[in-house]
Amino acid sequence: MNWQGCFTLFFKEIRRFYSVILQTVGAPVVTALLYMVVFGQVLQGQTIQGVPSSAFLVPGLMMMSIIQNSFANTSSSLTQSKINGNLVFLLMTPLSAFEIYLAYISASLVRATLVAVVLYLVTQLFVTVPITHPLLVLTMLVFGGGTLAVMGLIAGILANKFDHLAAFQNFFIMPLSFLSGVFYSIHSLPEFWQHASRFNPVFYMIDGFRQGFFGVGDSDPLRSVIVAGVFFVLVSSICITMLSRGYKIRG
Amino acid sequence: MRALLIIERGCMSEPAIAIRNVEKRYASTHALKGVSFDIRRGEYFGLLGPNGAGKSTLISIIAGLTHASAGNVAVLGHDVRRDFRQARRALGVVPQELVYDPFFPVREMLRIQAGYYGCGRDHWPWIDELLERLDLTDKAEVSMRALSGGMKRRVLIAQALVHKPDVVILDEPTAGVDVELRRTLWHFTRDLNDAGHTIVLTTHYLEEAEELCDRIAILDHGELSVLEDKRALLNRHPYRFLSLELSGNGGPLPESVERLIEDRHEDTLELKLEQGRDFIADVMEAIRGAGYRIQDVRTREPSLENIFVELTTDHDKDAA
Repeated sequence: MNWQGCFTLFFKEIRRFYSVILQTVGAPVVTALLYMVVFGQVLQGQTIQGVPSSAFLVPGLMMMSIIQNSFANTSSSLTQSKINGNLVFLLMTPLSAFEIYLAYISASLVRATLVAVVLYLVTQLFVTVPITHPLLVLTMLVFGGGTLAVMGLIAGILANKFDHLAAFQNFFIMPLSFLSGVFYSIHSLPEFWQHASRFNPVFYMIDGFRQGFFGVGDSDPLRSVIVAGVFFVLVSSICITMLSRGYKIRG
Repeated sequence: MRALLIIERGCMSEPAIAIRNVEKRYASTHALKGVSFDIRRGEYFGLLGPNGAGKSTLISIIAGLTHASAGNVAVLGHDVRRDFRQARRALGVVPQELVYDPFFPVREMLRIQAGYYGCGRDHWPWIDELLERLDLTDKAEVSMRALSGGMKRRVLIAQALVHKPDVVILDEPTAGVDVELRRTLWHFTRDLNDAGHTIVLTTHYLEEAEELCDRIAILDHGELSVLEDKRALLNRHPYRFLSLELSGNGGPLPESVERLIEDRHEDTLELKLEQGRDFIADVMEAIRGAGYRIQDVRTREPSLENIFVELTTDHDKDAA
């Protein structure tokens, strides 16, 4: 294992998003806060699963930000290097597929965690959200954020231009994250959509994550951990295989 | 350059690069059709060929940027796919295009690149030495974006050397650079070679290959058409060029002279003479016999360029 090389790539990826931190961390926090203000007003006075609606929104918005930012970080970094042509400087090095994978995913998780933590701290000025099961919160953050970071890497490998990435983001990631209980409990949905939601892995990521805070949710937390974990392992194996075969990146 | 001398030595008997039956097929083209040759340790090797001959494809395969469809390549005995870590540690490649990461200033980018190879802080003095050697010290904190083309080219060379590779491949390093930088790069690569590094150069400037390289390979249409010592290659060419400046109003030249004429410009004739068949004295006598006076005589040995053109265009004729 080339730890020094892997750490260097991890560090470089962090430096990359840190150099535009207003865009990579500031902007997602502001967006999430705007959702919070608007939906908080609309749902004012209601409780969901026994939790005041404004507090209920916080973990959902945190997980939505984790998902979107994990995906954005890996996918935009890889696509940019591919389009710029400077990806060759990485591909010529003695880094293995797993090392490249590990560095990209970890850096993406750092950005996602940063966005989530800042969002959590800012919202605590207005609402109180307890952290009942910290380990569950952490597990779901790693599995949820990790899964989307890996999907971002896969999208980066597949994309030939930024347009492809935008399509992936708008037609796949956004609907999946919006229709997964960020703003509501799926019990408030018609029966068909309740069942449909249970086939959406992002639903488990958000529900499990939220249970880590409030201790209550729509699904068994163990099931959420297993679904998110299985997805994480599944997409990771696809991604590592693609990287080690050099699919679309090594001519 | 002192630090360059401390090169890790593996098994000395292994060639720097061993290329065996390498083929590369793309959907519509057969870029390499089973190429085999060795690049010896410590030599300054020229890899030439017209555009589209397969040079860049071959370099990409050596660097691990592309996988060969068949055959294999080893760098210092390490297979580029199976033992990719050792092979890539032994190799530094200067790519043809001016590609760079726009996020970082020069020194930091070089430190990052060294880090990928597992080289930590102990390598930082070496990076500073590289910056110094390539006249980049005052650009060390400047973003790559802000550098001129020539400066970017220097950074690419530094980038290929951050991990002190034994074998250095330069893919058209002097394309589009000014004369001064070209000279600097020539000296720099020659110093690297003197310090024990194997240098592989691809270039379109044949006088460059003639000046620098010990051995030359010419790739053409995905095949190795020539692999020879530079001297032998130049001597193999059985021609010499004769340039004559004429005056006077002579008549038509005899057929024995006409067939030798390569170029005619006002009063100057450029003739191509085959050694052992066409003699300068005979030619001059025939011209005088036609009523001309010879004002000036110049002879020129063939350059690599003449040989290159002949070898690669003959192939075209055969193919057509």
